[in-house]
Amino acid sequence: METLLFFQQEVIPAFLKGLRVSILLILPSAVVGLMIGTVTGALRAYGNRGVRLVADAYATLFRGIPLVVQLFMWYFGLPYFNVYLNPFAASVIGFSLCSGAYHSEYVRGAFLSIKRGQLSAALALGFTRLQMVTAILLPQGFRRALPGCGNELIYLVKYSSLAYMITCIELTGEAKVLASMTFRYTEIFFAVGLVYLGLVTFASWLLQLVEDRFTVPGFEHHEL
Amino acid sequence: MADESILKVENIRKAFGKRHVLKGVSLSIRKGELKVLMGPSGAGKSTLLQCINFLVTPDEGEVWLEGSRLNRARKHDLYAYRQQVGMIFQDFNLFDHLCALDNIEIGLVRVKGLHKDAARERAMGELERVGLSDHAHHYPAQLSGGQKQRVSIARALAMDPKVMLLDEPTSALDPELIGEVLAVIRNLVANGMTMIMATHQIGFSRALADEIIFMEDGQIVEQGPSVKMFSDAVSERTRAFCAKISELYGETF
Repeated sequence: METLLFFQQEVIPAFLKGLRVSILLILPSAVVGLMIGTVTGALRAYGNRGVRLVADAYATLFRGIPLVVQLFMWYFGLPYFNVYLNPFAASVIGFSLCSGAYHSEYVRGAFLSIKRGQLSAALALGFTRLQMVTAILLPQGFRRALPGCGNELIYLVKYSSLAYMITCIELTGEAKVLASMTFRYTEIFFAVGLVYLGLVTFASWLLQLVEDRFTVPGFEHHEL
Repeated sequence: MADESILKVENIRKAFGKRHVLKGVSLSIRKGELKVLMGPSGAGKSTLLQCINFLVTPDEGEVWLEGSRLNRARKHDLYAYRQQVGMIFQDFNLFDHLCALDNIEIGLVRVKGLHKDAARERAMGELERVGLSDHAHHYPAQLSGGQKQRVSIARALAMDPKVMLLDEPTSALDPELIGEVLAVIRNLVANGMTMIMATHQIGFSRALADEIIFMEDGQIVEQGPSVKMFSDAVSERTRAFCAKISELYGETF
């Protein structure tokens, strides 16, 4: 009874507040991350040597450094260069750039798996290079990249929980504050785990809908 | 004589690294003619066809379409030229994410700027012409090799090409499916389509080709009317090759 009351009066309000911040962090990071990843992935697959080198370096750097360290750099490091970001902005930038680096890998693989002959066929019909990209490469690359990119979006839901390390108090942050005030770590973090599980399940369901929507023969799941 | 030619290529040269694949090939074709390229693999037939519409950029050489020289440095001219030169590939190269109908429609809409409805109607007409209107909404993954190749021919025809280049259109097909594709091509010949075709279909070539061009080692070794080429070719090499493929593929078509 007492626990129920505690949850009703303390935990749920705090979680709702935190959840709102989490979602505000996740949505823009997902969108910007995907955009960065698509462009970088395309450049890594089809760019000339110079462009590819820069894009590869970006991916290596942002996949190689732990995300927490990246967040620290954006929030605590930039002030040395007289750039001051608020915790929210620093988090979104950190998440987007890290997520974009991972997306670029999935996108690159998807583009490279498209048979070159189709590109020749498009050019032979009189397509410009841009038309070839928008009409043939992107629609196919998108379908092939979906499972990988979806996976990355699910990671993003969970690594949004690092934002509290740079004082952007989202779901995990709220939980931590409440737990240290009440000393009821077990219940609170168990509950937080469930909320993330719920978020991820919802995101997976959405992604499955998108995959089903765009599936065509030849790109479907193979049931063996 | 040269002025009558619809397509003329002159002195095409191409090297990949140190390997000279084309060593100065010239040919011209008049309206309604079918010229067949023959020769062993590695002779440069495929590269020649790809150089003719610049899917492979030749190191040297010029192309004239209907008497005017193509300035391929001008992107716009190149894209316009490619629209008029249809290409059929050995492995079909249909767009995997589009059904048969959309495969044909996409070029009409994107390149020719046709309205969606007009494009659909035209695409359907082309599918009918190759006998596949029942398969309009099937995706490449649901079509047989022969059907895929017929869709790719319909896709090329929809652009109203002045010349078509066919790069071994039946080589990737099961023997049973070759017939249906050759039937479509035979129909094109009957309707006066101008074509340059690389193939090993000897019976087909003997019956329908206006000229056989025999290539080896990046050069044209011999060329002439099909009857002459198969019965009394001048070069020993041509004779040997023709005898070999006659033996392999038989006389039937």
